[in-house]
Amino acid sequence: MPKRPPLSFHLVQRGEIPRLYAWGYRLLAVLFALMTGGVFLAALGYSPLNIYGTMLKGALGSPGMQRETIKLTIPLALTSLGVLLAFRMRFWNIGAEGQIAAGAIAASYFAYFQAHLPTAVLLPLMALAGILAGGLWGLIPAWFKTRFGTNETLFTLMLNYIVMNLITFLREGPWRDPAGGFAATPRFPKGARLPELPLPFVGNVHIGWIVTLAMVLLLFLYMRYTKQGYEIAVVGENERTARYAGMPVRKIVLRTMFLSAGICGLAGMLQVAGPDRQLTDAVAGGRGFAAVSVVWLARLSPFGSLAVAFLFSVMQKGCSMMQTEYRIPASMSDILQGIILFCVLGAEFFLQYRISRRKEALA
Amino acid sequence: MSNSVKKVRTTRLLVLFMLLTLSLGSFTLAASAEQPTSAFPPVALEDLKVGMVLIGSQDDGFSGAHYNGLEGMKAELGLKDEQVLYKFNVPENAECDAALRELVDAGCQIIFGNSWGFMNFMEEVAEEYPQVIFSHCSGYKNNGVNFNNYFGRIYQARFLAGIAAGMKTATGKIGYVAAWADNAEVNGGINAFALGVQSVNPDAVVYVKYISSWFDPTLEKQTAVALLSLDCDVIAQHVDTSMPQVAAQEAGKFGCGYNTDMTPAAPDAHLTAPIWHWSSVYTAEVKDVINGTWLPVNYFLGLKEGMVDISPLSKNVAEGTAEKIEEARARILSGEWDVFTGPIYNNAGEMVVKEGEALADADITGGLMTTLLIKGVEVK
Repeated sequence: MPKRPPLSFHLVQRGEIPRLYAWGYRLLAVLFALMTGGVFLAALGYSPLNIYGTMLKGALGSPGMQRETIKLTIPLALTSLGVLLAFRMRFWNIGAEGQIAAGAIAASYFAYFQAHLPTAVLLPLMALAGILAGGLWGLIPAWFKTRFGTNETLFTLMLNYIVMNLITFLREGPWRDPAGGFAATPRFPKGARLPELPLPFVGNVHIGWIVTLAMVLLLFLYMRYTKQGYEIAVVGENERTARYAGMPVRKIVLRTMFLSAGICGLAGMLQVAGPDRQLTDAVAGGRGFAAVSVVWLARLSPFGSLAVAFLFSVMQKGCSMMQTEYRIPASMSDILQGIILFCVLGAEFFLQYRISRRKEALA
Repeated sequence: MSNSVKKVRTTRLLVLFMLLTLSLGSFTLAASAEQPTSAFPPVALEDLKVGMVLIGSQDDGFSGAHYNGLEGMKAELGLKDEQVLYKFNVPENAECDAALRELVDAGCQIIFGNSWGFMNFMEEVAEEYPQVIFSHCSGYKNNGVNFNNYFGRIYQARFLAGIAAGMKTATGKIGYVAAWADNAEVNGGINAFALGVQSVNPDAVVYVKYISSWFDPTLEKQTAVALLSLDCDVIAQHVDTSMPQVAAQEAGKFGCGYNTDMTPAAPDAHLTAPIWHWSSVYTAEVKDVINGTWLPVNYFLGLKEGMVDISPLSKNVAEGTAEKIEEARARILSGEWDVFTGPIYNNAGEMVVKEGEALADADITGGLMTTLLIKGVEVK
């Protein structure tokens, strides 16, 4: 009697998929996510259509709402750009959270202790400090990786907690606001706050929006048209090829990681000097991790990252509105965001692979 | 009629008129000196919108008490659900700023915030929107225009709870799971509680452990367990969850909760808890907004106004507790004596409040209280 083969599944990589087909697939994934979320909402006794309507209204319904959504987009988009640069090189930098915080701490030092400087000097100085601090913090895991071959995913992740605790230390110790009866850092003096400039149709938003747009363009040009950008692509594709071609791989890794983390540090500076106006332990606020999903969904494209970061912010702001209007607990909107992300990321997976039965795979 | 007569008459009339306006003017002046007028016009009940930014959700002790307070106000004044907007779980950073602006955008006439760290954000947003009222709980700032603060004399309730603890302890050691060190609200609570303990049990000591968080169920419980292992047999708390009471129950010991009656969580351990009735202050402020009589004054209400109290004494209290508490309550309500009346010594043995003197409010909400721990209190 022939033995029946065990029932098992196998992942098979798909070939090239037509672009239009892929986009249709992604759209379906979003619709599926909204429907799944809708079933969930309906089960709790809410009307899904009303809730989705409220979310859209809450994110984009008035210039005020739009401004808040843009303010969420700025740090997320900028962090995504930083993460993207390292990811292009297949250096898994998930330490953006800490690099943002490092940039924020360095910028805050100048805001708290060098505030006598004129704003035109102080703000650029804060930005420079943010980039340097973020970049140097990112250099540590890069150096260890090139020197000892350490795992950068774990290394960058663990460095996050060190900076976070450094902020807590500063808040409760040397940088504590002497005026309050409670451990908190003081507010930034007026001269250390970002000026606002009108964004078309939306109104005044801190100048981080210009920095972000400029950075998108800069990064696009850098990766597409410069020698350094090309080097990053080659190292990412295959480190041995790069070595064989005579590229200084070690130098490229260090340089790219410094830039990646420096951009994250700049995002931190813009966040403390823009909306936060004081150093808090929530300065990164999970953006370092959200950025990983953003660049993944954007398929490592700078323009795509900007668009996805905006959509993420619409979702975040919309969920906050939903909480207010329907008194739905925060965990509910976390679940909804989770469902949407799960479906969309799942769609990306199935665009690249398909599941087949073992037998078929062998044939 | 001659011309001159007519002239005299006109002059007389003029003088009379002038006198009249003068007296009227002085009359209105006198009235305004007694009753300062509000800078805010009255609001029709159906146009009213009240916003609130909360550090937690309706399910935790502190924010839950505020939520119930605002819901109580809503019911008492007859507002509809959609007229009260809540922003839950708002951290003390730019998200607070965004939440405030969102509520302004939604058309709220008055916006409350319930966490210390919201203070500076509210102050700055208030400056930008002078037509909206911002009212902050637990801070100390007031811009004299549209930003005030409100809090309650919870220390009075803590003193009463301290009596229950002092009567109950057999080991003479009481544990206190506290949130933040060097904070006037927290230390004020510890000191008032310890004074309550000592009023019935002069030799008892209070062991304090700070956990640097308002809300951390796991750490709250672990800290209570650590205090129990130091031979404490009553566990008091200034943190948000009932976990310290649960820990006391599991050890077969006793405790005083906070914010809400925690007897259901620890039926065999809980004695009584200092609790808030926030609806009294919310109703008062919102009523003023409706009537156009809101003024930028600070609200600091106590036992007398029904703002604070203790939850009903459970079956676990020692005999005679109710009588001792009623005695102290009557003294506080009489207005002749308050909890922080001297002599009070700090835990280094130095006199900080002289015999017969009472601490000023500024030294209760900040100032001296920020770092004060009284005699008989030890940080462990």
